[in-house]
Amino acid sequence: MKWDTELLLLSGYHLSKNREQMSHKGNILVIDDEQVILDAVKKICGSENFDVDESLNAKDALNKLDKKKFDLMFCDIMMPEIDGFKFLDEINHRKIETPVIMTTGYSTVENAVNSLYKGAIDFIPKPFTADELLNSVYRGIKYFEIQKELKESAQLNRDATLIYVACPAKYYRLGYASWVSVENKGTALIGITDLFLKTIESVADIQFLNIEDEIIQGISCIQITCTDGLTHSVLAPVSGRIIEINEELSKNKTIIEKDPYFQGWLYRIIPNDLDYELKHLIPCSSDRI
Amino acid sequence: MFNKIGFKLIVAVGLTAIITIGVFAYFNIQRQSNALLAEVERHANQLSETVKSSTRYDMLLNQRDRIDKTIISIGSQTEIRNVRILNKLGEIIYSSHKEDVGKMVDKRAESCYACHEANRPLERLPINKRTRIYRIDPDSSRILGIISPIYNARSCWEAECHAHSKDKTILGVLDVTTTLADVDHEIKRGEIEIVIFALAAIIALSFIIGFLVRRWIDKPVNELLKATDQVGVGNLNYTIKDKGNDELGKLAGSFNVMTQKLSEARMQLFQSDKLASLGRLAAGVAHEINNPLTGVLTYSSFLLKRTQDNPELQEDLKVIVRETKRSREIVKSLLDFARQSVPKKNNVDVNEIIEQAATVVENQLTINHVKLEKKLDHNLPQIIADANQIQQVFINLLVNANDAIGKGGGIITVSASLLSLSPFGVAQIKRAACPKRHDLVDNEFKIEGLPAIKLKAKFNGNEEIIHLDPVYGRRAHQYLEEVDVNKKLNILCPECNTSMNEENSKCPKCGSPLFSIPVPRESNFEACTRVGCDYQHWESVDEAGKKDYVEIKISDTGCGIPQDDVARIFEPFYSTKGQKGTGLGLAVIWGIIDNHNGIIKVESEMGHGTTFVIRLPLKQK
Repeated sequence: MKWDTELLLLSGYHLSKNREQMSHKGNILVIDDEQVILDAVKKICGSENFDVDESLNAKDALNKLDKKKFDLMFCDIMMPEIDGFKFLDEINHRKIETPVIMTTGYSTVENAVNSLYKGAIDFIPKPFTADELLNSVYRGIKYFEIQKELKESAQLNRDATLIYVACPAKYYRLGYASWVSVENKGTALIGITDLFLKTIESVADIQFLNIEDEIIQGISCIQITCTDGLTHSVLAPVSGRIIEINEELSKNKTIIEKDPYFQGWLYRIIPNDLDYELKHLIPCSSDRI
Repeated sequence: MFNKIGFKLIVAVGLTAIITIGVFAYFNIQRQSNALLAEVERHANQLSETVKSSTRYDMLLNQRDRIDKTIISIGSQTEIRNVRILNKLGEIIYSSHKEDVGKMVDKRAESCYACHEANRPLERLPINKRTRIYRIDPDSSRILGIISPIYNARSCWEAECHAHSKDKTILGVLDVTTTLADVDHEIKRGEIEIVIFALAAIIALSFIIGFLVRRWIDKPVNELLKATDQVGVGNLNYTIKDKGNDELGKLAGSFNVMTQKLSEARMQLFQSDKLASLGRLAAGVAHEINNPLTGVLTYSSFLLKRTQDNPELQEDLKVIVRETKRSREIVKSLLDFARQSVPKKNNVDVNEIIEQAATVVENQLTINHVKLEKKLDHNLPQIIADANQIQQVFINLLVNANDAIGKGGGIITVSASLLSLSPFGVAQIKRAACPKRHDLVDNEFKIEGLPAIKLKAKFNGNEEIIHLDPVYGRRAHQYLEEVDVNKKLNILCPECNTSMNEENSKCPKCGSPLFSIPVPRESNFEACTRVGCDYQHWESVDEAGKKDYVEIKISDTGCGIPQDDVARIFEPFYSTKGQKGTGLGLAVIWGIIDNHNGIIKVESEMGHGTTFVIRLPLKQK
């Protein structure tokens, strides 16, 4: 039982000593009707010096949001009374800018896509590992920082493209992470947004799927390992069959960071039901208004 | 009874028989009586000629006594009623009845009117006009009279008595009357005989038809009615036995096929219903189980992160994390199965997966004294598959085999080999689009579990949605209505009505036009527009030649599966293990193999063992 006390001492040490540092790293609100999830998130994120607040239901969370500002929220979908989607609607309605990561035990494609469409920045299906949670949390915090930076640069009338390049007007995106561009011949290109790349460290490796594989909207289609050793999954923006993989990109991983929208595409696919799936994506043209 | 089709048929046939036989009998009687009368007439005519010639000499010599005697003796024959000779004035000169001699006969009398009908008497009388048939009173028998004029001749006016002058044509008339009693009797008898015959024929005919109707129509129709009633109350397993080879037999045959299809459809409905409830169950289970699993996974993975300096602990924690991740995959695959989602495929080595699965079940097998024999082809190429799912399949099948063997011990044989199958009857059209790129694959309509090709067919001005069997060469097409096998269809896109008929290309089997469905990334799929023609051609698939499969066989020496269960073991919730199983294992396996475009079959013999055969395609199309 040596490790146990060690661990407790270790976390206690962090909790007491680095309180000031912690608030710099960000404060997170976790909303779930299961206490064990709240405890787990609290423990994991707390160990990484995040300040974690918890709510057993959405109503309580909204009350907390009235009193305090958070850098990130982590919210379950299936909750009594106000579910995750209604909570997202309420957040949008109140113009609360804190990014939200959604999770659920009923991890269907529809739930994932719907969450991202309603403005959540990420979706992690339950059960998740500590690393999966932390990867997403770090991206969320980074995302919020970029949004703040963007606001500041707007106030100073600086060029926003210096921070990140928004995706081209004719593209569609799933959440803020992946984009799809419909080609004339009935195929489509999919790729990763610059904003997503800015929320992670430099790309060290990309694990592609194979040609002929099927990808499904809302389910991970690629894994990106960064120089810090973290691996991030990106959800496919549309469903279809992969017919081509960007050879240039697999040879030279840096292309994706230099030109994520053109040379840095990932897959060329034959979409299954583009018309239907585009309805759940956000047109990039709306970003420019 | 009167509404029965058999009775109606007997009445119809009976009436026809009565009319035909009646008409035949009537004309037959007519003809016979006419023939008899004609014979009697000829006879009477001959008789009068005989009388005339036998009395001629006596007349020339004026031997009246002798003439008298001759006439009386002739007239005394039973059939002859009267023989008379009249002179020109109508006076009876001779008669077989003595008392008539000297009497005058009215010109209007029966014997005279043939000549004296018109005002002026005829000088020559044709033979057929000489006879007459009459009755003296209604009760007496009929009488045939024949008159024979006695013409003037040279010998008459040159005779010694020279009673007749030369300028007269007719000297008198011989009148013979005979009774027709015998003839009438004969005719009557003939009539009765024919009527009796006709009646007998009608009755016999009715009986024969009745018998045949009962045998050929009543029995099969009753059998059909019985079967319909059975189907009506829901007994879809009822089949009609000993059906003949006539139309009713064929009807019974199609009835059997129909009930069989109905029963299959009901089964499928049942299964999809079960699948739907399984989906709901899976969703509930997933939600409920995923929360505690999150607790386990987050804490264990967190500990794993925090105890990197404790290798002993790391090993144990890794097991917890790995097994929890496996549970996560199992719950996910349950959800995936319920939603029939696509597996995550990679290049995998089947042999390796089998080895891994074998390691997992090794302990269980040892306890039961089961020996695992592996006959693996070590040159097997890799296949593209979801290693986790395929491993799950093998583990499940091995555990099943172990359970089937029981405690007594036995042998499980696992073999893996390469197999080539011709595309005809195997290859599936998975994508199809009309020339204007409308998707033709109908996921809502499945033929033997595979999404059908939805088309619009036009014939005789009717438009009809038809579903084409997606398996190349199998032709289990589904039409909404029965279509004549010789109909030539005009195949259209159901969305935009673009015709896919190729009027210029002719079917090499029957010469009808072909239709051609564009298949993305393959050549067009061609088939004959004539419903009954089995010609199909898919060039790129044929050219690709035989397709390679990896065939995995898992055989056990266990108790075997009863024949009734074999057909149902892949159904969800169908368990032969009673309380021990959920009944989901094989259903999940079936779903996994299906998602890999593979085939799973089972062969079993009671008491000897069971073999599961899995075929996975080498290259995913």
